[in-house]
Order: sequence, then structure tokens, then C-alpha cells
Amino acid sequence: MKKKNYLLLVVLLLLLSTPGVSHAMHIMEGFLPAKWAIFWAIVSLPFLIIGLRKINKVFKDDVNSKVLLGLAGGFVFVLSALKIPSVTGSCSHPTGVGLGAILFGPTIMTVVGTIVLLFQALLLAHGGLTTLGANVFSMAIVGPIVSYIIYKGLKKTQVNKSFTVFIAAAVGNLATYVVTATQLSVVFQDPVTGLMGSLAKFLSVFAVTQIPLAIVEGLLTAIIYNLLVEYNSRGVINVENI
Amino acid sequence: MLKTSKINLILFLVVIGIILVPLIFMGDSEFGGADGEAEGVILEIAPDYEPWAEPIWEPPSGEIESLLFSTQVAIGAGTIGYIIGMIREKKKIASNR
Repeated sequence: MKKKNYLLLVVLLLLLSTPGVSHAMHIMEGFLPAKWAIFWAIVSLPFLIIGLRKINKVFKDDVNSKVLLGLAGGFVFVLSALKIPSVTGSCSHPTGVGLGAILFGPTIMTVVGTIVLLFQALLLAHGGLTTLGANVFSMAIVGPIVSYIIYKGLKKTQVNKSFTVFIAAAVGNLATYVVTATQLSVVFQDPVTGLMGSLAKFLSVFAVTQIPLAIVEGLLTAIIYNLLVEYNSRGVINVENI
Repeated sequence: MLKTSKINLILFLVVIGIILVPLIFMGDSEFGGADGEAEGVILEIAPDYEPWAEPIWEPPSGEIESLLFSTQVAIGAGTIGYIIGMIREKKKIASNR
């Protein structure tokens, strides 16, 4: 009992003495064992390579696609830096990758997302280099793929286009956090309740906080999409995938 | 059919509303980061776990951190503003022709 109290005190002191070390949502530096860090890096690498090839094509393309790519990239930069308060009393941030996934397909957003994650890992001690692969997988691979599939699927139906974009971006955002929670619970299984117990705990931290933020991300993505649709209809910009 | 700008304004107001609700109704919460809380869960499940890597560099203070975060936003918002502005100008020039 005494030992437990002592441990609690140490943990509390540690938490108090390292304020602001980590905010929001990515897996923190050093918090995945080496084999998992390597595993996620290897899983993420092919997507990054395919994305780089696709981006090369975009750059050889007309000015029009480059402009749109800049817009999608800027959107990720802004949204992933906005730490927004949620109903759970903690903060997290949107990802912003949904817009680009809809416009360019998921793998290009793997590249953009990796750049942002690197920026945050190197300059902000947010996320980390050892956990980069895992964070890329959740935010820059699964998130965009989910958004892309939902958009493609609903596009053919009668559902309102802006609403389709809203749902695609919001669910893609939630998917990112479900993946993060899963990645953590595979490594840190609860000694009593096991994998599912851990998953419930991590999901309650990430996913519940994330629901209002997913809605925010969906709405902001729909706003930009609406603008693009209007400019597209007036013929000043040519968006193929709209 | 509502105009795009009107729809977008409404959507934007909803965004502001969603952000303000927790601030107004849960003013006494800490609003710390969700990944800090995840760290707490990790320490609860595996108290012996030692992070085996440290961030290479950490912002020396909250101020510097917010400087860097706002720099990130500035880069992104600047890009978006420039591009949307460019598209709008193109529209004007096209319609004046």
C-alpha cells in the first residue's frame, strides 16, 4: 500500500514537473516499444512512396492542380495546429486531411500529413520521431482512406454533396483517433481486462474528446468545398473530382 | 437555393458555437491535451513503462510553443488566403472580359 502511494506521488510529481510536454493527439515520443515503432514505419512507408510519386505527377501537371494541392496543404497546416476544447474538458485538434483526400486521393495526403507530423515532432515535441510511423499510419493513411472511400461511395447517391463532404471528413477524423487508440491498446494491454479493456480506456480519452472536433473538421472542410464548387461552376478553376 | 456565401456563414457560426460550448459550460475544466491524458492511461496500465526516447528538442516555454504553433497556422492560413484570393481575382478578370 505504501509503495503504491509513493508511486502515485512520483507520477503526480512527474506530471506536474513536465507541464505542456504533450498536447492533443499523437502518440508521444518513446511511447511505442522499438519493435512497434519499426513495424508502423514499415507499414507506412509504401503509402508514402506511392504518394510521393503521385505528387510528382501533380507538379508536372497544370497550374490548376498545383494551386489545389497548395490549398489542401495549407488546410492541413491550419487545422492540425488548432487545439480546440471539447466537451470532455480536454483539448485535441482536427487533422485537415479529408479535403485533400477528396480532391487528390488518399496517398497524396500521406505525404502532406507526414510533413506536418515531422514539423510537429521536430519543433513542437508533439508526437515524435520514433512514433512517426504509427502517427502517419493513423492520421495520414487511414484517415484519408476512410474519407476518400466515404466520399466516393456517397458521391454516386442522391445525398447532398456538401453533406457528403462533411460526413467524409468527420468520419475520417474519427477513424484517425480510433486507430491511435487501437495502436496504443495493442501495446499497453490492461493486466486485468486485456486488449478490450485498454481499448475502451484509450477510446474514452481520444474518441469522445474527438467527436465535436470531428464535426468541426467536417464543417470546415464543407466550407472550403462549397467555395471550390462555386468557383468550379463559374469556370475560374477546374476541379476534376468534385 | 441559398447562396454559397450564406451557407458557409451559417456553417462557420456552427463551428464557433461548437468550440464555445465547452468553454462556457465547463469553464472549470483544465482543457489539457488528450494525449497527455493518454499518457496517464498508459502509466495506469503499465506503471513500469519507461519511454525509451525523448524529443530531440522541446520548446523552452509555453510561449515559444505557441509561437511555433501560430507559425504553423500562419503558413497554412497565408497559403489558403493567397490561393483563394488568386482564384477570386481570376474570377473578376474573367467576368470583366
